Amino acid sequence: MAQSSQATGGLTSIPALLQRNATEFANRSAYREKEFGIWQSWTWAQTAQEIDSLALGLINLGVNEGDFIAVIGRNRPHLYWSMVAAQSVGAIPVPLYQDASAEEMAYVLDHCGARFVIAEDQEQVDKVIEVQQGLHQFEHMIYLDPRGMRKYDHSQLHEFSHVQEQGHAARDELTHELKARRGKLDYASVCVMLYTSGTTGKPKGVVLSNRNVIESAKNSVEFDHLKPDEELLAYLPMAWVGDFIFSLGQAYWAGFCVNCPESPETLAVDLREIGPTCYFAPPRVFETQLTNVMIRMEDATRMKKRMFDYFMAHAKKVGPDILDGKPVGGLDRLKYALGNLFIYGPLKNTLGLTRVRVGYTAGEAIGPEIFDFYRSLGINLKQLYGQTEATVFITAQPDGEVRSDTVGVPAPGVELKIGDNGEVYYRSPGVFEYYYKNPESTADTKDAEGWVATGDAGFIEPGSGHLRIIDRAKDVGKMADGSLFAPKYVENKLKFYPNILEAVVFGNNRDKCVAFINIDLSAVGNWAERNNIAYSSYQELAGHPKVLDAVRLHVEEVNRSVAEDEMLSGCQVHRFLILHKELDADDGEMTRTRKVRRRIVEDKFADLIGGLYDGSDEIFTKTEVTYEDGRKGHISATLKLMDAAVVPVTTHKVAAE
Amino acid sequence: MNQISDEGYITADGRKIGAVMMEMKNITLRFGGVKAITDISFDIRQGEIRAIIGPNGAGKSSMLNVISGFYIPQEGEVWFHGKKRAPMRPFQVAQQGIARTFQNIALFEGMSVLDNVMTGRLTHMKSGMLSQAIWKGKAEREEVANREVVEKVIDFLEIQAIRKTPVARLPYGLKKRVELARALAAEPKLLLLDEPMAGMNVEEKEDMSRFILDVNDEFGTTIALIEHDMGVVMDLSDRVVVMDYGKKIGDGTPDEVRNNQNVIDAYLGVAHD
Repeated sequence: MAQSSQATGGLTSIPALLQRNATEFANRSAYREKEFGIWQSWTWAQTAQEIDSLALGLINLGVNEGDFIAVIGRNRPHLYWSMVAAQSVGAIPVPLYQDASAEEMAYVLDHCGARFVIAEDQEQVDKVIEVQQGLHQFEHMIYLDPRGMRKYDHSQLHEFSHVQEQGHAARDELTHELKARRGKLDYASVCVMLYTSGTTGKPKGVVLSNRNVIESAKNSVEFDHLKPDEELLAYLPMAWVGDFIFSLGQAYWAGFCVNCPESPETLAVDLREIGPTCYFAPPRVFETQLTNVMIRMEDATRMKKRMFDYFMAHAKKVGPDILDGKPVGGLDRLKYALGNLFIYGPLKNTLGLTRVRVGYTAGEAIGPEIFDFYRSLGINLKQLYGQTEATVFITAQPDGEVRSDTVGVPAPGVELKIGDNGEVYYRSPGVFEYYYKNPESTADTKDAEGWVATGDAGFIEPGSGHLRIIDRAKDVGKMADGSLFAPKYVENKLKFYPNILEAVVFGNNRDKCVAFINIDLSAVGNWAERNNIAYSSYQELAGHPKVLDAVRLHVEEVNRSVAEDEMLSGCQVHRFLILHKELDADDGEMTRTRKVRRRIVEDKFADLIGGLYDGSDEIFTKTEVTYEDGRKGHISATLKLMDAAVVPVTTHKVAAE
Repeated sequence: MNQISDEGYITADGRKIGAVMMEMKNITLRFGGVKAITDISFDIRQGEIRAIIGPNGAGKSSMLNVISGFYIPQEGEVWFHGKKRAPMRPFQVAQQGIARTFQNIALFEGMSVLDNVMTGRLTHMKSGMLSQAIWKGKAEREEVANREVVEKVIDFLEIQAIRKTPVARLPYGLKKRVELARALAAEPKLLLLDEPMAGMNVEEKEDMSRFILDVNDEFGTTIALIEHDMGVVMDLSDRVVVMDYGKKIGDGTPDEVRNNQNVIDAYLGVAHD
């Protein structure tokens, strides 16, 4: 590998990779962003100039080595440049979630002691200004979009382009300093600090070194054979480690182009226009896409609908095998080619996935039907298991060994072991340096030999060597009768129904399991429309008797499927309710990456859980909700508590004991 | 508010308002025997947000139509930029830099948002029919330049996602925004808004208010608007004209108008005993 040998030849930081790309791929596109209806693009050479100007501007503003620079906003080339510019001057970029509330930002900004903030627009600037009183180290803020900013006090505020201009103007005096600082960067220096989403407690600052990032990028680029002509659409939060590795680490290592959408609302159109070759999305995105396709097919003409059903059934039969290169009969291949002409091709084009060569999903379990749907279309969708602490990669599925129930084999350079309690441990070059200002947590997570506890319980499948994840280790518990309780396992099965958006199962130390359900408004709403069911709000639809019945059927189906698993048959859901509100990150019920915070939900809705266990038929509840602008209100509702049939499992237990 | 001098005044939030841009002098408008407007005078100053309010049938829309040159008053004069305005056709008014939106949306339903907004650039297109048909040289350059202006407006009003959507498929609140986009595409000096918030929910009203303030702030556009929602009017505007039965019954800052006895009577009714 030519590139691996280069790694020892001085390419030990992101700015160093930028220098290489600026000469080696000078005229290739590095970034594109749609603005004013046109894809604006920057070559690697232009990118290097933009970043240099900004880096000089930062020195000019007084950025010191070791300073933290927070970067807040949606995926935009300028904000990616900000991170590399920060690294170039020896500072540490800290990307933040742009939809975080002002208080959440205050915690992170205070924790890392950021002296500088680079914010996208007025909305983000306002949030920082709101909390800046409490931030002692905060000094200057740079904003990208000048709209609405004219009247602000500019003693501490600077426009992005002005900082670049000033940096460029002072290049004669400052270039020497910039070169000196850039020269000091090596494999051990800090590349980025990313805050965990904080499923439990306060977010922790994960410090990643250049070694972590570059080794992970290099290994994963080789694993999937990524080349300089790949196209990537950057749309997932910049604060998330995955985006940092895909849009910065891999892009700089392989030298491919990162495309930024015009706005979050135009994502679908932008995806089609770019036709990315690498595509990463959490299962939720694939679910939503599939739900939309199905809803639109319901509204299509009968001819189209029948063709769709016919060819999709065929794709399900042979599509994955064709994708994996397994032997498939000539007639089946011919029929698949026809289907590709009429259905699969146009459908992939509509979804913007025509050119996808490598697609990944991670973060949560994906429903087998959803997974198979995409693979049967010929899209090479694979699963990945990773963490911020591992610089993403722990396991990944190699081409040809893709299954919906495992997360793949250890990624290159990763060692795995399973602890006595079933917890998964790993060791790799990507293992993080430490948690910032939190040595206790660092010691708890990473032992002296470099093994890191994932917090997930799982096992390595004998034979294939694939890792299977059962649940979060701390969520796995025991039922009152001693059988295993793994809520996530049941929740995932429930969530695979398009009607169910979210499910939370309770039952630790109890004699039976109960569940909270969130319905999916778009799927259930469409169903209601087609069945002439009138509703005026989410709450009303959620409480509709027909919706309750439909969900009960889903729960009972899940119970039958759970009962088949000897180990987990005790986790069948005996009673459930449909919540009157969607679980929301603004209310603290979910993380910003949309993972349910189980403990908080359990505390907040303790009355409802009580109702499910004491056998009552309905319960009145009042819940505090937070609106997007931070105001609080209350909603109240009377919820029906539903019983669901379970499959008796007593015989199993006798056998097991 | 500070005293209004010839040069202008400073608003409560510190914005500088300039000299008189348009002045209505003793306007009277009749339809046959019905007097829609009786002897009304007021002015609109450079850079201000000026509201015209009043109960139903007070003559607000008629007044706006006089400003836009659609109605020609039987008596009185309209002065624009220090010159008396002769009766003119609507397109001539548009050429003078006045653009408007309508109370009951008047968009081309079958056309895309982009095409609708492009029509706002019509007065800025100089190339002839022939060159437009051949689509070479001047016509092409003009279209590119105009598209650039339109794209900036689309970006400003955050309607990128519906750029290519036919207007007929849009919800009401977005149609209103598209209408505003079309008016802005004309790069007007004076923007007339006829009930910009009518029929909107609270969130849509908040969005629209923000856009109106941003337009005024960012482009320095003078805005005259008619609106029913008192909360909105009082928050947005610098000065308010109050009409009732075709007559002017109040004129001043929102605070002055709010405490004006005539206005209170007109809105709350007076006890007749």
